[in-house]
Amino acid sequence: MSAVRVLVGTRKGAFVLTSDGKRGRWAVSGPHFAGWEIYHMKGSPADPDRLYASQTSGWFGQVIQRSCDGGKTWETPGGGVTTQPGQMPKGESNQFVYDVSPQTGKPLTTHQWYDGTQHPWEFKRVWHLEPSLTDPDTVYAGVEDAGLFRTSDGGTTWQELAGLRGHGTGPKWQPGAGGMCLHTILLDPRNPKRMYVAISAAGAFRTNDGGKTWRPINRGLHSQYIPEPTAEVGHCVHRIALHPSRPNVLFMQKHWDVMRSDDGGDSWREVSGNLPTDFGFVIDVHAHEPETVYVVPIKSDAEHYPPDGKLRVYRSRKGGNEWEALTKGLPQRDCYVNVLRDAMCVDSLEPCGVYFGTTGGQVYASADGGDSWAPIVRDLPAVLSVEVQALP
Amino acid sequence: MIRVVLPPHLRTLARVPGEVTLDVAGGKQVTRAAVLDALEARYPMLRGTIRDHVTAQRRPFLRFFACAQDLTHQPADTPLPAAVAEGAEPFLVIGAIAGG
Repeated sequence: MSAVRVLVGTRKGAFVLTSDGKRGRWAVSGPHFAGWEIYHMKGSPADPDRLYASQTSGWFGQVIQRSCDGGKTWETPGGGVTTQPGQMPKGESNQFVYDVSPQTGKPLTTHQWYDGTQHPWEFKRVWHLEPSLTDPDTVYAGVEDAGLFRTSDGGTTWQELAGLRGHGTGPKWQPGAGGMCLHTILLDPRNPKRMYVAISAAGAFRTNDGGKTWRPINRGLHSQYIPEPTAEVGHCVHRIALHPSRPNVLFMQKHWDVMRSDDGGDSWREVSGNLPTDFGFVIDVHAHEPETVYVVPIKSDAEHYPPDGKLRVYRSRKGGNEWEALTKGLPQRDCYVNVLRDAMCVDSLEPCGVYFGTTGGQVYASADGGDSWAPIVRDLPAVLSVEVQALP
Repeated sequence: MIRVVLPPHLRTLARVPGEVTLDVAGGKQVTRAAVLDALEARYPMLRGTIRDHVTAQRRPFLRFFACAQDLTHQPADTPLPAAVAEGAEPFLVIGAIAGG
């Protein structure tokens, strides 16, 4: 019997939800790191018991936590338990320092600020951790202010892939309402040199050489809230998703608009179709059906809750444009929660499981591809992120 | 012996139940910088949580108190009060009350 482990990051700690493959009865573990914001937790595809967590605080800054036993115990990789008498760990695991060296990056130190002036890059927190598909010790970290870091020693030390900030458009990037964050990292399972990232409010970017060089991939995006609506950068991309079998096809939930690319981001077209609103944060793709896509429409950029007080997941089985509301088991009155950008995921079981968490503290699960839903938990702190692992 | 009281979240992170005691060089001229250096050497997971990794500047929402005085804005190389240097009074790291 297979098992499922759901990793939930909240405003006040982390929770681990586990079930067997039927996904009907759940055990809840937590809060871990109680009282801290857990922006994201994710497990290594190469070693499911290797987990990484981004633990942050406005008071105390950034901490990276690592578990090697599926979340039973945790350590700070560069500053935890010593193994040799007299050995002193260096405490580097929480250190994210932008690379401004002329050798590996460009000495780029400013981006656009709210008032149009240039502002220094300042590290604030890790929004997203994306473990390598093949190596448990290699992880990519998307951070605020927007930058991409990588560890290849299990989180002990982190180095910036400075070619992203330094490729040329960096001075035009500016913060969205949630800060200038790099929140999405997609690794191409067929081409280890290719990855995609997304930044609010800069847009989407792609590398074809393992992160050395980058280019914006925002052609086809149209954003009314920037002076030049079709500009090369400046778009508030909220999330991108792909199906592993077809990594050239990308789906995007933008600030407004649901978009699709069939050429690895070289061009985008809108597939919002009959959605009640095309504002939202999350988007994901069914594990076994590359044309089946899920979004959670949110009323507007001014009103971050579902339209009409009805929490509805929308599913397209045709890669966009034609959407159906999924409501069975979800509240259909007086519901005014939000679903944040890292708070939806799918598992690889059959049938595909779909999960999402809300700012009201509910984590909903569907074990039938979205046809019906049930809450796993109802009263957690506001949910920031949800990831799932299917375990043997 | 210097006594240090950490805010609850940092005690949890460092896995210490109560006050921390540190041997800090400097005799009666113990400074805040020396105390924090010793604290971070003993508990490396605290690096970056009290002071910035690179600049060593205090994080904005933290304060340093001792002997009923706010020492936050004194230079880091100012000697701490004698009662702290002698271990009679603790050096307090305080998280500002700022909601949340």
